[in-house]
Amino acid sequence: MVTAATSFGRNGLADWVVQRASALVMTAYVFFLLYFIFATPDFGYEAWKELYSQLWMRIFSLLALLSIVAHAWIGIWAVLTDYFTTRLMGPKATAIRLVCQLLLAVVLVTFLVWGIEILWGL
Amino acid sequence: MNHKRPVNLDISTIKLPVTAKVSILHRVSGVILVAAVAVLMWMLDTSLESAEGFASISEIFSSTPAKLLLWACLAALAYHLVAGLRHLLMDMGIGESLEGGKRGAVLVFVIALVLIVLAGVWVW
Ligand code: HEM
Repeated sequence: MVTAATSFGRNGLADWVVQRASALVMTAYVFFLLYFIFATPDFGYEAWKELYSQLWMRIFSLLALLSIVAHAWIGIWAVLTDYFTTRLMGPKATAIRLVCQLLLAVVLVTFLVWGIEILWGL
Repeated sequence: MNHKRPVNLDISTIKLPVTAKVSILHRVSGVILVAAVAVLMWMLDTSLESAEGFASISEIFSSTPAKLLLWACLAALAYHLVAGLRHLLMDMGIGESLEGGKRGAVLVFVIALVLIVLAGVWVW
């Protein structure tokens, strides 16, 4: 059995559900942005700025951002635990995987803080 | 663990069926997307900064290498999204049979290809 210490929800079913829920949020966000960009008559800076000044858009964007963070953590966890194994990489595999996960955590926290700064114009 | 334990799944000797190709590309595109998110967030940041920032986006993405980079990001997103939606449909029991799985896989390639071409048209 794979140890669940570095998964997102500490068990596979929770991760599975979060992966699906986050996928739906991101899909909605992508389709909405495409719709907005192509359906806005004079799409440009004014309309764009106006959109992102709305509270609901900031919350929608924050939800999408949180979805990306959770989704990427779960997704990359699945990839790393598949390939960075002692069978494929030898005894150092776990240490290497943990370093990768640590780096990923730094990247994802950066995305989160940076995204909040963008959205709230900090 | 017993290190002499036989391992009988040697992927390098297996010819991948279309369903496996869809699956591995979904994985590859997912990993690429982590980097793509950084590019897209940088674009959002710059475009919201000021009118000049917004205008500078199209300027910056006027060179071929930059266009290729943006296209690669959009292609990874388009492919991952379409293949991801197939996952969600299959979770609901749609297209789970062997035949249905193969048809779904081909459909993912066709739809993703169309979207990627459209994304290219948009970028250029
Ligand atoms: C934009 C940021 C995204 C990133 C960084 C990302 C990354 C990943 C990664 C690395 C995986 C793991 C692949 C694997 O285990 O083989 C994954 C899985 C998945 N992705 Fe995404 N993804 C993103 C967006 C999306 C979107 C928009 C959808 C919409 C449908 C989606 C649907 C899925 C699904 C359903 C899975 C689970 C596949 C499985 O259980 O095997 N992803 N993603």
